[in-house]
Amino acid sequence: MDNVFEKIVETIVDAKGIDAASVKPESTFKDLNVDSLDIAEMVMTLEDEFGITIELEEGIATVQDLVNLINERIAG
Amino acid sequence: MNRVVITGMGVISPVGSGAETFFDNLTKGVCGIGPITRFDTEGYKVKVAGEVKDFDAEAAGIDRAQAKRTDLFAQYAMAAAIQAVSDSGIEGTVAPERFGVYVGSGIGGMQTFVQETEKLLNRGPGRVSPFFVPMMIGNMAAGNIAIRFNAQGPCLPVVTACATSSHAIGEAFRTIKYGHADAIIAGGAEATIIPLAVAGFSNMKALSESEDPSAASLPFDTRRAGFVMGEGSGILVLEEYGHAMARGAKVYAEVVGYGNTCDAYHITAPQAEGTGAANAFKLALEEAGYDGEKLYINAHGTGTPMNDKVETLAIKKALGEERAREALISSTKSMTGHMLGAAGGVEAIACAMALKHGIVPPTIHLDSPDPECDLNYVPNAAVKADIQLALSSSLGFGGHNAVIALRKI
Repeated sequence: MDNVFEKIVETIVDAKGIDAASVKPESTFKDLNVDSLDIAEMVMTLEDEFGITIELEEGIATVQDLVNLINERIAG
Repeated sequence: MNRVVITGMGVISPVGSGAETFFDNLTKGVCGIGPITRFDTEGYKVKVAGEVKDFDAEAAGIDRAQAKRTDLFAQYAMAAAIQAVSDSGIEGTVAPERFGVYVGSGIGGMQTFVQETEKLLNRGPGRVSPFFVPMMIGNMAAGNIAIRFNAQGPCLPVVTACATSSHAIGEAFRTIKYGHADAIIAGGAEATIIPLAVAGFSNMKALSESEDPSAASLPFDTRRAGFVMGEGSGILVLEEYGHAMARGAKVYAEVVGYGNTCDAYHITAPQAEGTGAANAFKLALEEAGYDGEKLYINAHGTGTPMNDKVETLAIKKALGEERAREALISSTKSMTGHMLGAAGGVEAIACAMALKHGIVPPTIHLDSPDPECDLNYVPNAAVKADIQLALSSSLGFGGHNAVIALRKI
């Protein structure tokens, strides 16, 4: 769980050049200036990292939403 | 009809960054060509290129996150545009909808294309980056520059191979001349010193196979046997004269003419009589109101056997034999290599600086003149001359010919 969150933070920091401390579970992608292309790229990185396949669903608005989605996939 | 002047210039090139450094090195005859360092040339016939050294996107004003999602050609373009806009001091003085961007690329993001193709073939369609398309498409230098400077006016990325920048500058000139914009960021960029591009140009026998950097790019010399690939970007801020005067801008030169023609003959070879190129010269001279004043021509001068011979013919045809002999002509590609879609940008800057400083940069390594190239190509050393008019010619695959004319101001 923590591992997933940390990996998402790392990916956002790497992609957007922002401070890691500014990425919180409740942060929305909109607030972080993470657009649909950024999310698509991030999902690819996370799929490779965790060996899963993710179909992006509607309603993924916050970092926590994405953490939850990935954890569901990891749990199988 | 509006007058159009150059109020800012930016350069990323194999002979230095920044318009002043670039021109200073050209007049000193500094050669920017060296062994290819970007990839191992084992198995390649071509060993040298004009590489941009020590490019640092962040230091150039592009943040790290953006640089990662921008192909190198567009990074070069942005870096040169940042220099040019800063040099001009125009930011904040022009209405966004009257501010344009005409910046093209001959090829676009080929490096990105190759990288993503490898991902597709090796790892499947699901691993192709969502940034692939916006990184690769050739209009993205213009798109990124427009975003950076909130330039909401006319935006037109030109694609005419090696004539790209000269057409972009010419079209920008016309757009301001006819009142459709107050200022336009114009020029081009290229970044294709990569295996696929070198192999492709090499196999069409366009590139010099010399391993000696001082005997590879040899415009107008009997030994010439192909061009040397260069890279980088040359960007100018063109501005309506009254707009520039009202804000007290410094002015490098006035843009006074433009010729745009096509050989309509062959996909890569120039038409042997040089008719299309000659007509482009004539059109630019006519619009400039040329009347025999002291002339500098920054030739296309690629160092291919055909180009330099045909371009010499074209200059004679356009000017007449006598005036052609009086003109000072040089190919700065002897120092930069052929920067392809960026060539016309840096060469227009060389012309503007030559007019401003009264110094004509040389054609270096011109030791064995070709009898078929019998004009004054300013061999090996810069000359001081009170030139009044400068022409920059660019002739591209596809038969594209572009000539722009600048006047001393």
